[in-house]
Amino acid sequence: MMRRFLTLLQRELSIFYYSPIAYVVLFFFLILNGLSFWFAIAILNHAPSENTVVQMFFNSAFFWIAYLLVFPVITMKLFAEEFKLGTIETLMTAPVRDWEVVISKFLAALLFYMNLWLPSLLYFLIFGWLGNRSAIGSSGQLWAPYLLLLVMGMFNVSLGCLASALTSNQIVATMISFVLTTGIFFLTLINYEVNNTWPLLHDVTAYVAQLDHMDSFSRGIVDSRALVFYPSVTLFLLVITYYIFQYRRWRT
Amino acid sequence: MIKVEQLTKKYAGFTAIKNLSFEVDRGEIVGFLGPNGAGKTTTMRILSSFMPATSGHAAIAGYDVFKDSINARRHLGYLPENIPLYGDMRVSEYLRYRGALKDLSGKRLKERVGVVKELCTLKEVENKLISTLSKGYRQRVGLAEVMIHEPALLILDEPTIGLDPSQIRQVRELIKALGEQHTILLSTHILSEVEITCSRVIIINRGEIEASDTPENLVGKIRTSGTVNLEVRTGLDSPADWIRQIPGVKEVKIETDDFWHRCTIRVEANSDLREKIYQLAVQRHWIVRELTREKATLEDVFIELTHTDN
Repeated sequence: MMRRFLTLLQRELSIFYYSPIAYVVLFFFLILNGLSFWFAIAILNHAPSENTVVQMFFNSAFFWIAYLLVFPVITMKLFAEEFKLGTIETLMTAPVRDWEVVISKFLAALLFYMNLWLPSLLYFLIFGWLGNRSAIGSSGQLWAPYLLLLVMGMFNVSLGCLASALTSNQIVATMISFVLTTGIFFLTLINYEVNNTWPLLHDVTAYVAQLDHMDSFSRGIVDSRALVFYPSVTLFLLVITYYIFQYRRWRT
Repeated sequence: MIKVEQLTKKYAGFTAIKNLSFEVDRGEIVGFLGPNGAGKTTTMRILSSFMPATSGHAAIAGYDVFKDSINARRHLGYLPENIPLYGDMRVSEYLRYRGALKDLSGKRLKERVGVVKELCTLKEVENKLISTLSKGYRQRVGLAEVMIHEPALLILDEPTIGLDPSQIRQVRELIKALGEQHTILLSTHILSEVEITCSRVIIINRGEIEASDTPENLVGKIRTSGTVNLEVRTGLDSPADWIRQIPGVKEVKIETDDFWHRCTIRVEANSDLREKIYQLAVQRHWIVRELTREKATLEDVFIELTHTDN
């Protein structure tokens, strides 16, 4: 069973690494991350600041643009393509279980997503190694944002899986996933807006306030609520994806 | 090998198959025929565990296709209509991937990939991207994939659709060769192919079984009449009048060219009236140039069974 799962996972990963789109994504990611890092350094060079390079990097506009745009692109094909090509039929008549397929697709997209952040981690390590340890902050301050990226990534990738399982059309899948991802992201702003006027809405939106979460994690403050919330919602979304996937196959 | 009991599949608004029951024994090659929309693909999809039936049971090699579907799928090679393949994979890579999914590994996997490539003559394209292959090669990749794990049962949904005549012949040879080791259920619209390859035929129409028998028996049982062709010079006789007097003749059509009459004589239920017609000709001093019998074909059976209700 484990071997079968690894076969599926390997196949899903190879789709990412064999396709030119993956390298286009990686390329733009490098540019946006590079800009983000360059600005952080430039600001520090200009004037003294209370913030570390890590904080500035993870709270810059370039960072968030890269973050939000990547999910629809990496998840659009996952299920939609199988339905469109009809390979869903060969896939699901091989001795594999539905959940193995769902998890392998989710995990492959998540691994590729984490891979996209590796270069930025390298920037910090080199920067620190060149003698500016203090500008990075403590090692906790460096690792915490990556931990948050992982759990928030799980959440958004599972949203993308759901969108892709809904349709046979990649473009439609991209649109759905883009609307869901950015829509939920902008709940953070609602969260700021209703701070005093609508306490209940404020409390609810606080759970998905990704800007806030990043702000505290990049200071090195690891909020366990986020670490529990995002993975639980991910699990829930994957279960829904599983049922949609099964339902669409049974209906064809 | 296949056991289907009271299988029913309802979609919103219509019933694709109704109370289908049939069995296929080990070693049989069964042709699954029916007009488009008769429920062939639906039945095959249920048998391959792709989707569940609304009611009824189906089992493959003794495993229920719904309750014990992983085990059922292990014993099955299913080739869907239109051969869906991953265009971004290379032929060998695809076969290795599919083999691994079907629980092959290590030496055994390598060996089987080699064997099926040999069998389906895929050696020369083994490193090509599947998206660049011609239809004939795609078909063979599909067939190679289906048999990679040596399943006891192969289910092939229109394996020869869209191929040119020589490719159809190749695929037919391949299926025949496969039939020596595997049980095969295949659907097709090419009836001559069924007559050559299949040991049994199941004809379904509007989700119900119309007939299930060997091709010979089906042709034998058919109510439609056979045909005798006669080409004679009769002098002053009008041949139609004489021939109609023979018992068993249903209809006579005559085309006349100079003195030669070409008679197409419809006779009852494959009865052979050639002797009687010959005797008539001798008696009337006709000169006979041709006297042949056309048997009813599977095509006649198919048309008869699937169109009479319409």
